[in-house]
Amino acid sequence: MNLFRIPGQGRVDPTTPVEFTFDGKTVSGYKGDTITSALLANGIHLMGRSFKYHRPRGAVCAGSEEPNALVGTRRGAGQFEPNTRATVQEIWSGLEVTSQNRYPSLSFDIGAVNDRAYMLFSAGFYYKTFMWPKSFWDKVYEPFIRSAAGLGVSPSENDPDKYASRYLHTDVLVIGAGPAGLAAALSASRAGLRVTLVDENPEAGGTLISEPQTIIDGVPAWQWIDQTVAELISLGVRVMTRTTAIGYYHQNMVGLCEKLTDHLSSPNANMPRERLWRVRARQVILAQGALEKPLVFDGNDRPGVMLAGSAQTYLNKYGVRVGNNAVVVTSHDSAWYAAFDLADAGTKIQAIVDTRAEPAVELVAGAKSRSIRILSGYSATGTQGRLRIKSVRINPVINGKVGAPETLECDCLLMSGGWTPSLHLFSHTKGALTWDADMQTFLPDRKTEDCEIAGAGRGLWGIAAALNDGAAMGAVAARTLDKVATNTVYDVTNDRVGTGVSHTELPTDLDPGKARAFVDFQNDVTAKDLRLAVREGMHSIEHVKRYTTNGMATDQGKMSNMNGLNIAADALGKPQPKVGLTTFRPPYTPTSFGAFVGYHRGDHFDVTRKTPIDSWAEENGAVFEPVSMWRRARYFPQNGEDMDGAVSRECKTTRSAVGMFDASTLGKIEIVGPDAVEFMNRMYTNPWTKLAPGRTRYGLLLGDDGFIRDDGVIGRLSTDRFHITTTTGRAARVLNMMEDYLQTEWTDLKVWLTSTTEHWATIALNGPNARKLLEPFVEGQDISDQAFPHMSIVECTVAGFPARLFRVSFTGELGFEVNVPACHGRALWQTLWDAGQQYGICAYGTETMHVLRAEKGYIIVGQDTDGTVTPYDAGISWAIGKTKPDFVGKRGLERPDLVADGRKQLVGLLTQDGKTLLEEGAQLVLDANQPIPMKMVGHVTSSYHSDAVGRPIAFALLENGHNRVGETVYIPMPEGVISADVTGTVFYDPDGARLKL
Amino acid sequence: MLLIHCPYCAQTLPELEFTYAGEAHIARPDASSPVSDEEWRNFLFIRTNVKGPHYERWRHSHGCGRFFNAVRDTVSDRFLITYKAGEKRPELSDLLEKSK
Repeated sequence: MNLFRIPGQGRVDPTTPVEFTFDGKTVSGYKGDTITSALLANGIHLMGRSFKYHRPRGAVCAGSEEPNALVGTRRGAGQFEPNTRATVQEIWSGLEVTSQNRYPSLSFDIGAVNDRAYMLFSAGFYYKTFMWPKSFWDKVYEPFIRSAAGLGVSPSENDPDKYASRYLHTDVLVIGAGPAGLAAALSASRAGLRVTLVDENPEAGGTLISEPQTIIDGVPAWQWIDQTVAELISLGVRVMTRTTAIGYYHQNMVGLCEKLTDHLSSPNANMPRERLWRVRARQVILAQGALEKPLVFDGNDRPGVMLAGSAQTYLNKYGVRVGNNAVVVTSHDSAWYAAFDLADAGTKIQAIVDTRAEPAVELVAGAKSRSIRILSGYSATGTQGRLRIKSVRINPVINGKVGAPETLECDCLLMSGGWTPSLHLFSHTKGALTWDADMQTFLPDRKTEDCEIAGAGRGLWGIAAALNDGAAMGAVAARTLDKVATNTVYDVTNDRVGTGVSHTELPTDLDPGKARAFVDFQNDVTAKDLRLAVREGMHSIEHVKRYTTNGMATDQGKMSNMNGLNIAADALGKPQPKVGLTTFRPPYTPTSFGAFVGYHRGDHFDVTRKTPIDSWAEENGAVFEPVSMWRRARYFPQNGEDMDGAVSRECKTTRSAVGMFDASTLGKIEIVGPDAVEFMNRMYTNPWTKLAPGRTRYGLLLGDDGFIRDDGVIGRLSTDRFHITTTTGRAARVLNMMEDYLQTEWTDLKVWLTSTTEHWATIALNGPNARKLLEPFVEGQDISDQAFPHMSIVECTVAGFPARLFRVSFTGELGFEVNVPACHGRALWQTLWDAGQQYGICAYGTETMHVLRAEKGYIIVGQDTDGTVTPYDAGISWAIGKTKPDFVGKRGLERPDLVADGRKQLVGLLTQDGKTLLEEGAQLVLDANQPIPMKMVGHVTSSYHSDAVGRPIAFALLENGHNRVGETVYIPMPEGVISADVTGTVFYDPDGARLKL
Repeated sequence: MLLIHCPYCAQTLPELEFTYAGEAHIARPDASSPVSDEEWRNFLFIRTNVKGPHYERWRHSHGCGRFFNAVRDTVSDRFLITYKAGEKRPELSDLLEKSK
């Protein structure tokens, strides 16, 4: 029932009918139709409701700049997309389309009450309307704003589609496959270059498809497209359709989004939906053409009001007449040609209303020959029709005076306010623009990237101009790349070059304050809003934009920017270039998150580092936690234990028998070379010269600002070799910092640094039974306390594996850390686990490790310190080699602020009731009865239940804390104030007797 | 994404391989002899923060691992030159002349 389809016209395939649904009703079209062209072929103009006022809207254009005809599309389970532009979505059998922003139905929408209350929603309304009374905020305003916010409905299911990404290197990338782009690609490829030609549409041709009467070198336009594309392909040009250049980045990198399946009814399930291309081109040719501007007058947004050029496209590309009875309102010649095409196809053109007093003679002749009434020097001042335009009100304008109105009946209105070069991608490069006073538009000026702009994109109108400029720019690119290129000149007949004038809102005899003359259709911004913004003090276009939201919709003001600028400039009494243009930013058109995410989803979203023992932990029911990029076993619950139960058992077993812990994530750096000890002396706070091979020491690393960066136990293997350990999360940063000093400050030192984190699997054995368990497996070293005391290191053999064995403890118990090559980690773990059964062994995770270390007062850098903590603050100034001439941080520690009184210092906290567990991050105050806001003097950094101590324990950073030991601090919480005693930081075995077993 | 020339690898490679490492030509004062608070503050914190050509350090962290110096225009993000650590600071006027 395609009543508005003209058989034999357009490029759709009438032998392949396609049925889809629109709001549940079946609509038929043909293969090659977009949602919009199929709806228009069925006489349906009402396609959506506007964002703010819920005004009925239809498609205003035929391309990707569409602000109104945004719909929800559903392709299958989980494949729902809101705000699909109906003007570009191709139809296929089974596609489900729903209109948006209406309730209960598109033709009857309760939200349209906003339209009557439009005075409430003028520019900046959200700064004014919702201000008072205060009590309205929670119950009225916020729910209202939340329900009104956003356009369309977010998808609620996981996206089942696949998205791909690729890199491409090419000599010349041509963006836009209209006449200029085709000619550019042709001359560049004929010169022997690798050329890539992209276009967002399903087929190449651009404007030529809407201008089929054009003859190029004796060949009709459509035939010329086909033969040109064939030649390009034969020359090896990569021609990519349905591919949008979304952003133009530094050094000629262009992002492309290629849509692969949205137009298919049953795509191969393995095919990606979209593919993101990162193209690096030696030369880029921007041939994006120009976009038509609407005219601004009261009621210019009703369904049936459309850009004239788009109506011409619907006619010539899809064979669809947008109405039976049209009025054309224009300030540009191009709309006359659209009128002629429609008249020739059988649409009655009631009148061509031109704002200009004297249209060109040949246009007038063309209209007369078709018996079209000509009204020149007229303004449009209003329209009627609720869900579709019924009539337009026009008035003559004589010497600036608006005369008596006349009403013209119509079912569609074609408007044209002239054309704007599409400068979006050029603007991404920060290319400069220049104002062309004759054309009343911005044109590209100074370039920052290796690109050329061809055709209408730089203000050259007409097919011949576009073709010849494209050919010339293709040749320029070729010559830049040292190729020989000839300048092709095309012979074009039936070219329809036009001129026009540019307007602010059209003059009216009615109250302009009541005119609903839309500038930004998608965000419902009217001419009045823009003038109001200027009156209220917005004098920069950037402020006007944000205050009114003009150009801030998903179309980024493709249609509204120039009209908005013209009106703002007029209101300010300044020329347009003095008011400026807002910045276009990528992406050129809305792009799916999926395209950007590509392969990086699910398990591929981020790297998960696993230790060689991870699989054992998984098989044994570990609960994991992420620690930097590692996943670490947090605890090993047994028999339905919760975390507290598991941690309590693991702590007890480790303190009374033996526990084993996977410490493989510890950062490890091997420091080798004749100057290794000198490097260590300069890098760490501690003195290293006298540390004998075979001994280890706690090492403290500062920044040159004097603050703690990292710590770890460091073993000296020989005079010229150290085995450094770092915290899990900082290994890479520590190595980077060391390399920095070594490469740029101490280039005289002969030292090699190597990351060995992943070379070693590290198993910590802690507890009174640790030696008994380990001893039988160690070859080459007596590990008795006399032969191998606390803080020793040796290279030996453990269970047959080459090992570096540390006598070290992060729990306060007798402890060993066995490092074996990573490939043996799990085997050694299993051996020790099996042998440990007779000693009552348990595996413990990071949570138990935290508790055990806290009981002993061992800090965790990054938890108990925060980048503003010095060794003195943390109570570990004993680790500073005070006689060393210099080390990183030595001078920093003398900075006035670091030696001042009243610094926050690390202390222990015991809640006075002996039961309450403090919350990490809770704030401390000295007086809980002071008025709010209270003076906060510190915060809790670590807090745990401790079975060994028999009560909860905590660390805190407390102002002047070392002098407050014995005092009481208060922790105000929502449930009440908690009081705590300030203590030292060692809660368990303060003499360290258990380390020396 | 920028392409950056590593002066050690002598190759122009994607930005992803590199890490920015702050302003260049800020030497650490020798702290084994007295250094004034002001001098140390300047070393730690005071940076030129230029709009335009900026002498800065990069590290080819996912490549050779070397720190090197560069002059990059902070407005256009264009690199005027990259050079090895320890090499003489190139004259800006020469670079600007060359980049014309």
